[in-house]
Amino acid sequence: MNDVESVLKKFPRAGRDALIPILQEVQESMGYLSRDAVARISKHLDLPATKIYGVATFYNQFRFQPRGKHHFTVCRGTACHVKGSNRVMEMAEKMLKLKAGETSRDRVFSLETVACMGACGLSPVMSLNGEFHAKVTPQKLVKIIQECRETESKNEC
Amino acid sequence: MIEMQVDGRDIEAREGETILAALKREGIQVPTLCYMEGLLPSGSCRMCVVEMEGAAGLIPSCSYPVAQGMKIQTRSPKVLEARKTIVELLLGNHPDDCLYCVRSGKCDLQQLAQTMGVRQRSFRGKKNQMEKDVSGPIVRDPEKCILCGRCVRVCEEVQGIGAIEFVGRGCRSYIGTAFDQGLNVSTCVNCGQCIVACPTGALSEHSSINDVVAALTDPNRMVVVQHAPSVSVSLGEEFGVEPGQDVDGKMVAALRRVGFDRVFDTSFTADLTIMEEASELAARISGGGVLPMFTSCSPGWIKFVEQFYPDLIPNLSSCKSPQQMMGAVIKSYFAEREKIDPARIVSVSIMPCTAKKFECDRPEMAPNHVPDVDYVLTTREAAQLLRMFGVDLLAMTPEEADTPFGERSTAGKIFGASGGVMEAAVRTAHFLLTGKELDRLDMQPLRGMKGAKEIRAKIGDLEVGAAVVSGLGNARKLLEEIRAGRKDLHFIEFMTCPGGCINGGGQPIGSDPDAARARMQALYRIDQVESLRVSHKNTQVARLYEEYLGKPLGKKSHQLLHTHYNARDIL
Repeated sequence: MNDVESVLKKFPRAGRDALIPILQEVQESMGYLSRDAVARISKHLDLPATKIYGVATFYNQFRFQPRGKHHFTVCRGTACHVKGSNRVMEMAEKMLKLKAGETSRDRVFSLETVACMGACGLSPVMSLNGEFHAKVTPQKLVKIIQECRETESKNEC
Repeated sequence: MIEMQVDGRDIEAREGETILAALKREGIQVPTLCYMEGLLPSGSCRMCVVEMEGAAGLIPSCSYPVAQGMKIQTRSPKVLEARKTIVELLLGNHPDDCLYCVRSGKCDLQQLAQTMGVRQRSFRGKKNQMEKDVSGPIVRDPEKCILCGRCVRVCEEVQGIGAIEFVGRGCRSYIGTAFDQGLNVSTCVNCGQCIVACPTGALSEHSSINDVVAALTDPNRMVVVQHAPSVSVSLGEEFGVEPGQDVDGKMVAALRRVGFDRVFDTSFTADLTIMEEASELAARISGGGVLPMFTSCSPGWIKFVEQFYPDLIPNLSSCKSPQQMMGAVIKSYFAEREKIDPARIVSVSIMPCTAKKFECDRPEMAPNHVPDVDYVLTTREAAQLLRMFGVDLLAMTPEEADTPFGERSTAGKIFGASGGVMEAAVRTAHFLLTGKELDRLDMQPLRGMKGAKEIRAKIGDLEVGAAVVSGLGNARKLLEEIRAGRKDLHFIEFMTCPGGCINGGGQPIGSDPDAARARMQALYRIDQVESLRVSHKNTQVARLYEEYLGKPLGKKSHQLLHTHYNARDIL
C-alpha cells in the first residue's frame, strides 16, 4: 500500500471538511502533492480534482513538486522585505533558474517563499533544509549556492 | 409586505427578497457582474452597491435582504463613484484590446465602462500575462478574466462538473484547472455554459469560421450544411429579432446565399434517430436488454457518462446523435446518389452547442478517416458568417431545405427542447408497438424548463416509466438513484444544458433568461400548427430506409447510424 492509501485509510467515509488534514498528511509522508495523489483523494472525497487543486494552491504550505536535496526557503515577510529580501529572491531565482515553488529537474535544488519565519530580528532571513541563515545578502546567497554545488560535484566523483 | 424608501420614493418589497430583486421590480437598473439569476448571491464584485441610511459603508444589493423602513440611495454621488471606480480598477490589469476581442459589443465589462462613463485609463496596473488554453472546443483567455466566478459557479453548481476553479490566492489568483492542464484533459464536457455565463471575452468557442470560408471558396469542394432544430428559433436574436421568433425559411435562404451547395435540416435526422432509438427501446424491452435506456443525442452528456458513470455506459442508446447521423448519410447515401467522392464533400453543421465540436472530432465518427461532419459552427458563429458575407437574414424570402434530407416532422423539431426527444420517441414507440397513433400527441408534463420531469405512459398493455432531465447537476441526482437500485424507469432523456439545446452553450450571448423559455415555446408552437407531427410519417425518412438503409436496427443502420462509447480516465 502506498503513502496515499495509508493516509486515506485513516479517513474512512470522510467528507470535504477532511480535505486539508488529508492534504497535510499526504504531503507529510510523500513530501509533496503529486497529481496521482490528488486524483486519488478526489475519488475518496468525491470532490473534483480541480477543487482540491484550488484549495491547495490557496495555502503556501502545499507543494506540487518534490523537494530538492537543497531546499531553499526565502522569507518574504514585512521585516525581511524592508531589509531587501526581494533582491535575495531575485538572485535565488537567477542562480537556481527556478521560480518559487519549483524544483530543478535533477531534484537537487528547490525554491520556496514563506510569509514569515518568525525570525525578524535576523532579517533578511532564509533557510536551507531547515537551517537558518541570518542577514542574507545576494552576495552571501551566491556563496551558499556555490557551496551546495561544490558538495554535489564532490559526491559525483 | 415590507415598506421601504428608495431614492426618496416609497416602495413595497416582499419579505425575504434581496434589495436587488425589489429594485428590479421597481424598474431601477442596478449594474451587476458576479450576480447570477437562480443561484445564491456571492457578493464578490461589489458592482451592485447601494447606500443605506445608517450603514457605515456601501452595501451589496444582490445579497442584502430588504427590511422594514429601510432607506436606500441607488444613485447618490458616493454610489456612482464607487461603481465607476470598480470598473476602472477592473480595467487596470485588463488587456482592454476590445477592437480585437471576440466579445466586443456583447461584453458586460465594456458595457459597464460605457454606462459609468469611463473615458480614460485611471489606473495603469501591470497587465495580466497568461497563456490562452486552446486545447479544446472551449478557449480560455485568462488575461481577459475579471475573476467574477460565474463560470466556476455554473460549472459546479448547475452542471456538477467542477472542471475549473479559483487557483492561487489574492492578486495572483486566476481561474484554472487541476495542475494547470488543458481543458481537453480535464473533466470539462464542453457544454459551453461557462461561455454564456462569462461577462467578458475570457471564454469563447474555438471558431471554425475560417475553415468554413475556405471550403466555401474552394471550387473543388461541395459544401453542405445542416442546421439543428433549435437554431432557427434563436438565430434571429443575433439580428435584433425578439427571442422566440422562428426564422427557419429565411435562414435556409440565407445559407444558400452564403454559398452552401445544399441546406439540410438536422430535424430530418432527428426523425431518423427516433426511428432507430424507438426501435432500440422496443427491442430492449421485449428482449430483456439493459434498462433504463438513456438517450445519446447530447455530446456533453455522453462525455459525462464516460468519465463519471462508466458503469452505466451499457444504458446509453447506441444511436449516434442527429448531427452525426446526418453526417453519415450525407457522406454515404447522398454521396452515392450525387455520384461524388465523399472526401470531396465538406459537411458543416450549425449547432446551438460547443460540445458538438468535440463530438464531430471523435475518432469513431470518422470511418476510414473521413469525418462524417467536418466543421461545427455555433449559432453565434453562423450569425457572424452571415454578417461577414453581407447576407441580410431578415430581408430573405423564406425557402425550403433541400431533398433528400429536408423534410421533417415537428417531433424532430421539438428535439431542441428538454422533453422533446422523449415526446417524439413516445409518439413513435406507441405506433411501433401497437400499430396505432396516440390519441393525444401532446405531453404537457414533459414540457417546460423544469430540470427533472417524469411520466408513466401507457403503450398498449405496457406501462412505461419515462423521465426527462436537463442540466448535468440534475442528471447526477437521477443517476445516483439508479445506481442505488431504482428500477421503475424504462427510458430517460438527458440533455446537458438546462432546458435543452434552446439554452445551449453555442446560443446568442447576452440574452435574458426568459429568452430560453421563448425559444422553447416557439418550438412547441411549430408542433401545434403543423400537420406532420410524428417521425414515422416522414416520407423522406421512409424513402431513405426503402432505398438504402433497409430497416431500423438493420445491418446498414447499425454500420452508419450507431456507435459505441468508452470509459474515460480523467484527473
